[in-house]
Formats: sequence, C-alpha cells, structure tokens
Amino acid sequence: MARPKKRREIFALGNEAVVEGALLAGCSFYGGYPITPSSEIMEIMAARLPKTEDGVFIQLEDEIASMGAVIGASMAGRKALTATSGPGFSLMQENLGYAIMAEAPLVLVNVMRGGPSTGLPTSPAQGDVQQARWGTHGDHPIIVLSASNVQECLDMTITAFNMAEKYRTPVILLLDEVTSHTREKIEIPNEGEYEVFSRSVPSMPPEWYKPYEETVRGVPPMPPLGAGYRFHVTGLTHDRNGFPTQRPEEIVELMDRIHRKIDQFFYDIQLVDEIETEDADTVVIAYGSVARSAELAVQQARENGIKAGLLKLKTLFPFPRRHTEKVLAHAKTLIVPEMNMGQMSREVKRVNMGRASVRTINRIDGQIVTPAEILKVIMQG
Amino acid sequence: MSNSITGNEIIHKYLRHNKKFPHVLCAGCGHGIVLGTLIRSIHALEIPKDDVVIVAGIGCSGRLAVYVDFNTVHTTHGRALTFATGIKMANPKLNVIALMGDGDALSIGGNHLIHAARRNIGVTAMVLNNSIYGMTGGQSSPATPEGATTMTMPYGQLDKSFDTVELARGAGANYVARGTVFHVKKLEKIMTEAIARPGFSLVEAITPCHTQYGRKNKYKSPVEMYKWMKKAAIPVERYNELPEDKRKDRLPIGVFVERDRDGFEERYFNMKAEFLKQGAKGGK
Repeated sequence: MARPKKRREIFALGNEAVVEGALLAGCSFYGGYPITPSSEIMEIMAARLPKTEDGVFIQLEDEIASMGAVIGASMAGRKALTATSGPGFSLMQENLGYAIMAEAPLVLVNVMRGGPSTGLPTSPAQGDVQQARWGTHGDHPIIVLSASNVQECLDMTITAFNMAEKYRTPVILLLDEVTSHTREKIEIPNEGEYEVFSRSVPSMPPEWYKPYEETVRGVPPMPPLGAGYRFHVTGLTHDRNGFPTQRPEEIVELMDRIHRKIDQFFYDIQLVDEIETEDADTVVIAYGSVARSAELAVQQARENGIKAGLLKLKTLFPFPRRHTEKVLAHAKTLIVPEMNMGQMSREVKRVNMGRASVRTINRIDGQIVTPAEILKVIMQG
Repeated sequence: MSNSITGNEIIHKYLRHNKKFPHVLCAGCGHGIVLGTLIRSIHALEIPKDDVVIVAGIGCSGRLAVYVDFNTVHTTHGRALTFATGIKMANPKLNVIALMGDGDALSIGGNHLIHAARRNIGVTAMVLNNSIYGMTGGQSSPATPEGATTMTMPYGQLDKSFDTVELARGAGANYVARGTVFHVKKLEKIMTEAIARPGFSLVEAITPCHTQYGRKNKYKSPVEMYKWMKKAAIPVERYNELPEDKRKDRLPIGVFVERDRDGFEERYFNMKAEFLKQGAKGGK
C-alpha cells in the first residue's frame, strides 16, 4: 500500500494561510483596498495571482469599489475574494446586500480590530460579530465563519469558498488580529485531501433558462456573463426572470427561497468542534483566538477535576443552535468569553432560555482573553 | 450605411420579449433616445449580443438595462463602474458598457468615475445627464446649473455644476465626448467610436427631464427643452473659436479627448503573459 503523501509544511501567518486556502479552493480573483490588520492577504495575493494561470488581482479605490468589483468578477464566473477590517467592512455593507440579493458567491474576510470607528487598528477584537449578521439592511440570510488558529484560517477559507459556491451566497470569514498575525506551522493539504465545490451552471438551452427559478435546493444554476444566457441581474426585488417586481406573491417567493436555501442545510453549514463536552457541567462557548485560550482553560479545569468542556464555534451564523441545545442537556453553566461587550452571548442566551446559568467574560481593551481569566470563571462554577 | 437598422428590427432583435412593458420613462424623456442610439451603435459594430454587458446604476438611466436583450446588470447607486471593472478584469473579451445618470456618476459615484478613468479600464461609460435626480423626485445633482430651482435648492442652486468632460479629461480617460439627444446622428457617431476604442471612454449624453427639471425651470413643455438643446449646442471646434464672452450659455458638443493609452486590463494581461512565458522557460 502506498504511503500517504507527506503534506507540505509552512511557517505562516494567519493571513498567509487565508491566501493558501483561497488558492486551493480555486480563487482566481482578488479585489481589495489595504487596511490593517488584513493587508497581508492583499499583498500576498498581489504577488501570487498574476503568476497563476488565470489569476486576476486589482487594487480598487476603496472598499465600496472592492465589493463591486468582486461581485462583478463573480458574475463573470470567477471565484472571488476580498479582505478588509472594521471600517472597510462597514463600507462593504451596501454591496454585500446586493450580493445576497443577486446571489453572487464570494468570500469576504474581515479581520476584526478594535472599534467603533478607527478604533484600535493593530489590536484584536470581536466587535463585528453582529454586524456580520445584520450589517446590511433588510431581512437576509448570511453565512459567517470563523477560525481560531492558523491551520483553521486555511481550512475555513476553503470551506468558505465551498459554501459560497454551493449556496450562491456571500460568505464572511471573521478573523481577529491575533489569529491573522500569529505565525505558526501549518500543513498544506495535498490535492484530493480536501473538497472543492464549484457553482452549478445551467445545462438547459438559454431559451429555457430562468435565472432565479425555484429548485430543490433553492439554488438556481448560475452561468457566467457572456456564456450565451442573457439575463437581467438586479438588487431590486425580482421575479424568476430576474425582472423587478412589486407583486406580493413574487416578493414572498424570492424572500422565502433565499432564506430556505440556507435554512434547510443547517446540518451542512453549522460547524463546531466539541471538546470534552459529552459529560460537561460547565461548557465554554468560544470562537476565534479566544477559543484557543478556552481550550487550555478547559484542559486545566479537567486536571483540577472539574467537568468542563469547550464548544468551539467555527460557524457563527446561522448560529449553531442544535449543538448548543445538546450541551444544554447536561450543562449547568455556560461561559461565553469574547473580545466585545457580549455579542455572541446574546445568541447563547436566546437559545438557553434560562436553562443554564450563562456567564460572560468581556474584554474590550485590545488585549486577548487569557486562559487564566477563563479558568477563574470555570472554577467559580 | 450597410449596418443601418429599422425601428422594427431594433424591437425584434434587441428588446426583450419577455419583459413586461410599459417602461418607466415619462413622456418627453430623452433616455429612450440614448438607448436607441446605443443599440444602433452596437449593431453597427456588429458585436454579438452575448458579448455585451450593460452595467447600470440607480435612477431612471439605471432602469434602461432591463429592456435590452444583452447581459444586463442593474447595480447599486453610483457603483456601476466598480462592477464593470470587476467584469472586465474577469473576462476582458466582454464589451462592458456602464449606463449612469449625472447624480449616479458624478456625485455618489464620483470617486469611481475618476479612478476608472485614471486606470483607463476598458469600459465605455455613458453618463445620461439630465441635470437632476429624476426618479427620486427632482433634487439637485452635481450637474444642476447654478441658479436652477430644485426640490433641495428651492431658492436657486448655489453651487457650480460639474463639467463631466473636463473631469474625465483630467482623470485620464482615453476618449471623452459629449452629445445631446437632439443631435442623434452625432450622438450615434461618438457612441460608436467610444465603444470601439480600447481603454476608458466616456460619453456624456445631454437628455431632458421635463417632469422634474424643465417644468420647474421655465421650460413650458418637453419641446422647449429640445429647443434649448438645439440652440445651446455648438460643435466644440467652433466653440473653441468663440471669444470668451460669447461662450456663456453655449454647450460644446463633439469629441474632446482622443488618446491611445493601453487599457488597464491590457497592461495586466500583458504582464501576466510575460510571467507565463518565463514560467514555460523554466524560470521562477
């Protein structure tokens, strides 16, 4: 039997790992505007993409233009990426809504820094969690993922592209400054060791094609612009042909479908790591770099004879409700440490409905949440 | 001309059969003339419909895209050129034409316009200038003439209006021209040239909005507005010969800028081809 091929190992920043993941996933377009602490993603893409077979890199005049260009590229058939941080993320919100409405797959990496406003450009935070969920106006579904270490930056970037393509939706990957700027050894998976999903394209002749038709998965096939399927794309509420509509039954059909295409696949979209949660009385629910501190704290608590566990969220939205329900079957205490004033703990409390005691640890001073801080709260029970 | 097209042919070949009409435009509006001109230009250049992408902004001009049988993308307010840039870079073989209004291109999208021109991206920008925000109800735009009455400048426009042509020239566009919907043949000629030329081209089409601008500014009917265009417009060559004091209230039309800089996408893909050649030779 052939021995499995050894994986290439590199010593990389979280931001570099994002680039590696994007290229493995088939990303061939980057449009962006530099902003700390995400800029390395753009810089490395600027160096790498022109040397790949079909890669396109362009620096735009601002983050509004970045999102516009990335959506345009997506509609022209590319797997497209942009990366930014807080202030730029705010500027991207309008066109993010367009991407949701027009169902343009793309990946948006937001490396969170302290806010609001210019805030703390070089310090970590997790203050954009609810903005990622609700930042663009109107009712909309969204997929928000996160990563807690450099290897996960690579893995979750591939996942983000796959979900974007599978569900024809923008996917936000929320990192924080610590994860992005940590340098550690990671493994690059070999071809065949990871899944790559590409959007489905229509197989019917152009005259039969309806761009926003109902399908079983709720995801209509999407041809690239110029492939012979001439249709209309708009941010206006539209009918199956893509033409603007104000008819209540057509509005409802569209809104139902864009929600349903995400909602009926929670089992595929909601990703978590359950670490020692099976018998845990105390469960820490964490994400991003904080999850790393939490993992050590849980390990130390176990060494002290406390039944502690960690539910690490890799998908933030749609919020992994079922996984939280599962730990609630036995947990008496939930602890939610975050580098914000309590944005994810709102979701936890919503699901908890008074069953367990929910304790929060919140840091907004640009410093990481340490394992000792989390351990202290675990020990208090 | 061998490539001329009749009205019937425009309807049957270039308008969408499955789009529910009537359209959104008011009686007397010039936007339909611009759209007809655009179709005739594309037809004259014999560009296949599949290769044309119309990227539109928000406003009355933005609504034009929905009626024509090309690849059409109706984007967000002011951002048409950003989408167009992404589409052109993703697939340089496509003919990308951005339709924008004056508020769209010069106000909310002003930054994108100057950078598209500076970059010289291979997109044709059509600015349909009717001096007003028409769809939203007659508010001031950056192209509203000084002194005009609008919903947001009810006591008269205080600021000076933008000169679209000078803006595009200064920012580095390859081709800049202005026409009016009264001078249709001329508009068709410059539009055809603009689409054919590589790099960033801009055509400003002066078009009347009687509903939101004309009737509040002493133009009794849409016809009065067309009469104004006829009277004010003057070929740029003749305009340049006029003494300074005679230039007031005249509107120079024609071609203002013709440059031959490579488009951004051309420069990018040439650089890429160089890398791939080196790669094939075994270099890094």
